[in-house]
Amino acid sequence: MIALYLLLLIPLIGMPLLGLAGHKPWAPRLNNWLNAATLATSLALAVIVLRTGTLISDDKYWLVDAFNVYLIVLTALVGLTTGIFSGPYMAHEEAIGRLNPRRLRLYYSMYQGFMLAMYLILVTNNMGILWVAMEGATLATVLLVSLYRTPESVEAAWKYFILCGVGIAQALFGTILLYFAAAQVLGAGEEALEWTTLYTHAAEFDPTVLKIAFVFLLVGYGTKVGLVPMHSWLPDAHSEGPTPMSAILSGLLLNDALYAIVRSKMIVTQAVPGHLPGFLMMGFGLLSFLVAVLFLHRQRDIKRLFSYSSIEHMGTMTFAFGIGTPAATFAALMHMTTHSLTKSAIFVTVGHAAQIAGTQRMDKIRGLIATQPQVGWGLLVGTLAIAGFPPFGVFVSEFLVLVATMESYPWLTLALLLGLAIAFGGLFHHIQPIVFGQRPEGQTPVRANMMPVFVHLALVLLLGLTIPGVLADWFDEAAQLISGGMPQ
Amino acid sequence: MTTLESLYGQAVLLFAALVLFVSFVMLAQSRVTTLVNLFALQGLLLALTTALVAVMQNSPHLLVSASLTLGLKVILIPLLLHWLILRMGLHRTTDEVNRPLQLLLGAASLVVFSYWITLPVVQLSALETRNIIAASTATLLLGMLLMISHRQALSHVVGFMAMENALFFSAVVATHGMPLVVELGVAFDVMVAAVIFGVFFFQIRESIDSLDVDRLSRLTETEESES
Repeated sequence: MIALYLLLLIPLIGMPLLGLAGHKPWAPRLNNWLNAATLATSLALAVIVLRTGTLISDDKYWLVDAFNVYLIVLTALVGLTTGIFSGPYMAHEEAIGRLNPRRLRLYYSMYQGFMLAMYLILVTNNMGILWVAMEGATLATVLLVSLYRTPESVEAAWKYFILCGVGIAQALFGTILLYFAAAQVLGAGEEALEWTTLYTHAAEFDPTVLKIAFVFLLVGYGTKVGLVPMHSWLPDAHSEGPTPMSAILSGLLLNDALYAIVRSKMIVTQAVPGHLPGFLMMGFGLLSFLVAVLFLHRQRDIKRLFSYSSIEHMGTMTFAFGIGTPAATFAALMHMTTHSLTKSAIFVTVGHAAQIAGTQRMDKIRGLIATQPQVGWGLLVGTLAIAGFPPFGVFVSEFLVLVATMESYPWLTLALLLGLAIAFGGLFHHIQPIVFGQRPEGQTPVRANMMPVFVHLALVLLLGLTIPGVLADWFDEAAQLISGGMPQ
Repeated sequence: MTTLESLYGQAVLLFAALVLFVSFVMLAQSRVTTLVNLFALQGLLLALTTALVAVMQNSPHLLVSASLTLGLKVILIPLLLHWLILRMGLHRTTDEVNRPLQLLLGAASLVVFSYWITLPVVQLSALETRNIIAASTATLLLGMLLMISHRQALSHVVGFMAMENALFFSAVVATHGMPLVVELGVAFDVMVAAVIFGVFFFQIRESIDSLDVDRLSRLTETEESES
C-alpha cells in the first residue's frame, strides 16, 4: 500500500520542484532520479501484487490488479528511458535557441505532471477520478505541444486541446450515465462510481442506459486513443511537439486511454445482451487500422509517419480487445507492451535523426548510417520491429492477434493481413533511403544517448524470442480477468 | 407536499428549457462580448438549479457544487474572457455565422434527435427527469454545433464550456450531482483549462495575428507547399 502512495507522491513532489529548478543544469538528472524512484516503486508494487493478488485499499479509492500493474511498470519504464533521452535532447534544443529557461522549467515540471496523471489513471478505482486524471493528462501535455511556439505547433496544440477536450467531455457524459444507471441499483454515493462495485453489480444495471453510456465512453476516450475518425489531432500533436513528448504520448497516453475503454467494457458487457460493445470496438479498431496504413504512404514528415503507425497499432489493439476472447485479450495486452516499447524507442531515434538533419522532412533526411551508425541502425531495427518482423515481440503479438481473429472471425484475417502488408510497404518505402541513402555534405553527428533505444529494442527482442514465465502468467491472469465478464 | 413537489418539478423543467434556450441564442449570436454574457447567464441558471435541487433533495454537497459553479462559470471565467477581449481589443469583433437559418434549423433537429435517443432512458427514471436528460443532451450537442459553426477561438472556448454546463446540468438533475471528489476534480480541470485557454489566445495571436481559427490550417494531409 505504501508503494502505491509513493507512486503518486514522487511525481507530485517532482512537479513543483522541477517547476522551480527545471532550467538548472542538474534538472535532467533530478528528473531521471525521480523517474528511477517511481520505477523502483512500481516494481515493488508488482512484486506485492504478484505475491498477494489484487490490491484494493481500505477506503476503496485505489485498485491494483493483474491488468493495471503491468501497465504501471511499463509506464514507469518508458517514463524513465524517455526522461534519460530528453536530457541531451533538450540541451541541444536550448543550444540552438528553440528553448529558453522558462520553457525548460515548464517542460520538466509538466513531464512529472503527466507521469502523475498516468499513474492516477491506472491506480484509481473511481471512474470519475479516472476521467479527471485523463483530462489532467491533456492539460499537462497541451502546453508542451506548443513548446516551440512556431505557428504549426500552436495550431497543433490548439487542435489537440479542442478535439481532446470535446472528446473527453463525451466521456464525462458517459461516466454520468454510468453513474446514473448504477445509482438506480446501488443508491447515490461514491460506491456507484467505484469500479470494483460496478464490476460486481454490473449485471443488475439497466442495459439501455449502459449501452448509451458505453457509446459515449468509447467515443470520448477513443478520441485520446486516436481512433479514426477522431484521430486528426494525433499526427499534428506528435509531429509538432518536442520529440520526448511524442514518445510518451505514443507509448503511454494512448495505452492509458485504451485502458479506460477496456475497464468500461468489462462493466458494460455484463449487462448488455449480445456483443455490442465488442462489435463497436472491433469496428472502430479495424477502421483505424485500415485508414492509418493507407495514410502511411503519403506522409512527408517523419514524426507524422510514425504517429500514423501508432494509430494503426492502437487500432489493432482495440480490435483485439473487441474480439474479447481470452486469446485475443492476451494478444492485445502483449501488443500494448511491445508497441509501447518499440514506438518510444523509435521516437527517441527519430528525435536524434531530426536533430542530425536539422529537419523532420523525410526527403531531406538522408544517409543516417553513414553519419551516425548508432542512430541509423537504431532507426532501421526499430522500423523492422514495428513493422512486425520476426524475431521481434511485435511479430509475436500481431501473430497472436491474427490467430485469435482466425478463431473467431476468420474473414477479418484477410483485412488484417492486407493492412499489415500495406503498412510494411509504407514504412520501408520511406525509411530505406533515410537510413541507407547518400550522406549530404556537412552533416555531422549529434550528442546522443542511445541507451534507452537499445534497452527497449532488446526487451522487445526478448519478448519475441521467449516470453518469461512470470510475464506470461501475468498476461494470462489479466486476460482471464478482462474476458471473464463476457457471456460466452 | 405534493403541490410543492410538482412545483419543484416544473421549476427544474423551466430551468432546463431556459438553459436550452440560452444555447439557441448563443448559437445565433455574432458579437463575442454578448456571447460571453450569455455564457455567464447559462452558468447562473445552472447554479440556481443546483441550489434548488440541493435544498429540495436535502443534499448539502450540491450546495458546494452550486457555489463552485457560481464562482467559476458565472464570475471567474466570464471575467477572464472579458479581460482577454479587452486586452486583445476584440470587443468590436463579430463572428458572423454563414447561414443562420440552416444552422438554427439544424439545431432544432438536434433537439428532436436528443429526445429520440433518450426516450428509453427517460422512461426508466424515477426522478424528475422526464425531459431533462433530453434537454441537456441537446444542450451538449448545441455546444458542439456552436464550436463547429463559429470561427473565433473565443467562441470555441465558450462552446466548450457550454458543453461542460450541459454535462453538469444532467448530472445535477438526473443523479443529484456526482460524488464530491469527482466534482472537485472536474472543477479543478475546468479552471486549469480556462487558464490554458487564456495562454493559448496569446500564442495564437502571436502566430497568426488574429483569433480566427479558420486560419489555423497549416497542418493538413494534402500539403504540397515547400516551406
